[in-house]
Amino acid sequence: MTSLTISHLTKRFEGVTALDDVGFDVAPGERVALLGHNGAGKSTLMKIVLGLIPASSGSVALMGAAPGSRAARSLAAYLPENVAFHPALTGLEQLGFYLRMRGEPARGAMPLLEKVGLGHAARRRIGTYSKGMRQRVGLAQALIGRPRLMVLDEPTSGLDPVSRREFYAILDELAGEGAAILLSSHALTEVEARTDRIVILSQGRLRANDTLANLRRKAALPIRLQVTARPDTADSVAGQLAGARRNGVMVDLMCRHHEKLARLGQIAGLQPLIEDVEVLPPSLEDLYSHYSRSEGQ
Amino acid sequence: MTRILAAAAAEARIALRNRWVAIAVAMMALFSMVLSATGSAPTGILGADRLSVTVASLTSLAVYLVPLVALLMAFDAVAGEVERGTLPLVLTYPVSRAELILGKFLAHLGVLALAVAVGYGIAAAAAIWTDPRAQAGLPALWRLGWSSVLLGATFLGIGYALSALARRPGAAAGLAIGLWLVLIVLYDLGLLAAVVTDGGGRFTTQVFPWLLLANPADAFRLYNLAASEATAAAAGLGGAASTIPTTLALASVALWPLFSLVLATLAFRRVTP
Ligand SMILES: Nc1ncnc2c1ncn2[C@@H]1O[C@H](COP(=O)(O)OP(=O)(O)O)[C@@H](O)[C@H]1O
Ligand SMILES: [Mg+2]
Repeated sequence: MTSLTISHLTKRFEGVTALDDVGFDVAPGERVALLGHNGAGKSTLMKIVLGLIPASSGSVALMGAAPGSRAARSLAAYLPENVAFHPALTGLEQLGFYLRMRGEPARGAMPLLEKVGLGHAARRRIGTYSKGMRQRVGLAQALIGRPRLMVLDEPTSGLDPVSRREFYAILDELAGEGAAILLSSHALTEVEARTDRIVILSQGRLRANDTLANLRRKAALPIRLQVTARPDTADSVAGQLAGARRNGVMVDLMCRHHEKLARLGQIAGLQPLIEDVEVLPPSLEDLYSHYSRSEGQ
Repeated sequence: MTRILAAAAAEARIALRNRWVAIAVAMMALFSMVLSATGSAPTGILGADRLSVTVASLTSLAVYLVPLVALLMAFDAVAGEVERGTLPLVLTYPVSRAELILGKFLAHLGVLALAVAVGYGIAAAAAIWTDPRAQAGLPALWRLGWSSVLLGATFLGIGYALSALARRPGAAAGLAIGLWLVLIVLYDLGLLAAVVTDGGGRFTTQVFPWLLLANPADAFRLYNLAASEATAAAAGLGGAASTIPTTLALASVALWPLFSLVLATLAFRRVTP
């Protein structure tokens, strides 16, 4: 059974269609990244999945349970965008509260805070925490009770690069134990290495839903061959390869996937003039703009 | 139940740190002390002990003060969470909105009960200190104590309902103060004006008693005055109180908290995070 099934999901606010016939699944142990510009509908989709707001039409099921039902709420954990807590409570007290809300003893709070690296600040009021620390409290509460589905809205915003790495390590561990993870992000590069599948939303429509490798293949974006010429040969290399000179020594060639080997052959033929060559596949940013622009699939 | 207690524990800590506990207790203590000091003037009621007289003045005080303290604690309950952005997360937990409201309610009611106990305790101690006969007034004081807590419970529930309807703390505070003015001050003035114009007609005999019972603050006053002859005499309201059976006043005092909590839950259910 899939952990999360979304089909034909549509959400209209007055005047705005935030989600338009969106459908995809998340399987147990799978990490799915939800990408999209601001206003694409990511947060709206997550709120509907958690039963915070009703859908206009379509259906959502969390391991067969309806969003917002007690069963669904017991299965799912949520980290909202810009998570907030009461500033007068300490991290320890706040986490104890959330533990008890899931029917677990409050003494589990300290180990969880230590896991997200907040052990030293556990007895301080959350009002004194930085944004990154609040985000860690948010992650800690999402780890309570081994959730089967984690819904994380821009979870790494406000975290420094080291914290991000720790954060994804925790997610990998959870996914390894069979939790399904749906997270939204702006940071494309970290999503690239850390997720199994990518869903791209744009203006409320689903534009793509596949593994990164498949998305690359389907988009068939040009590959860039970056040739470094030896000193004073750049002009001649650019001429012979019909490429564009970028600076004193660099020549850029754009080619299709099927032309790649032939082009590399040509470059190899000019070996005495050439220092080095690099093959640069289309970046995630390129892919993302490609799919965000396209009118669906 | 553990969820309600968890919510209550968190709320109690917040009340303590936001100084609400200190403020509520200090307000009740201060006003009780002022009453005890000024209440020493001769009252002219023959046979009434010192504490019974104090209870009469405390009743009039409680009608104003207890609803005010309750509303001040309650107005932020839902609107504050909406404003801070803490509501969406907690609503994804397997806990019902009724449980969340009940948790806050338990904590706030505890603070209120503490404030009432301290305030009335000071008044009782002062009365018994100066008049040994004052122990005769203890039952009336006890009755005033628990009915004050019920009155506070009613206004806590009403405060939560307003907080959920307003959704913004500023608006909720405005609504709470407005409601306090209407129910505690203007309502009685309106009734008084109506009774005077009516001149003892059908309104005064048929409608007026029910209107008094419908207002939780009036029912509270009626109950405490009717239950104690001495205090009724002291307050000079024996006439109005005597036409209404004490049990009806008690029923209103006891049912209002339930009614207001149901209102609060219904209003909270309508809030989309
Ligand atoms: N409560 C709301 N009322 C009206 N419009 C809303 C509401 N919430 C979101 N929207 C609109 O829905 C669209 C999607 O928003 P959102 O899901 O927050 O996007 P994202 O999280 O991808 O940045 C936006 O156009 C936003 O203005
Ligand atoms: Mg968003």
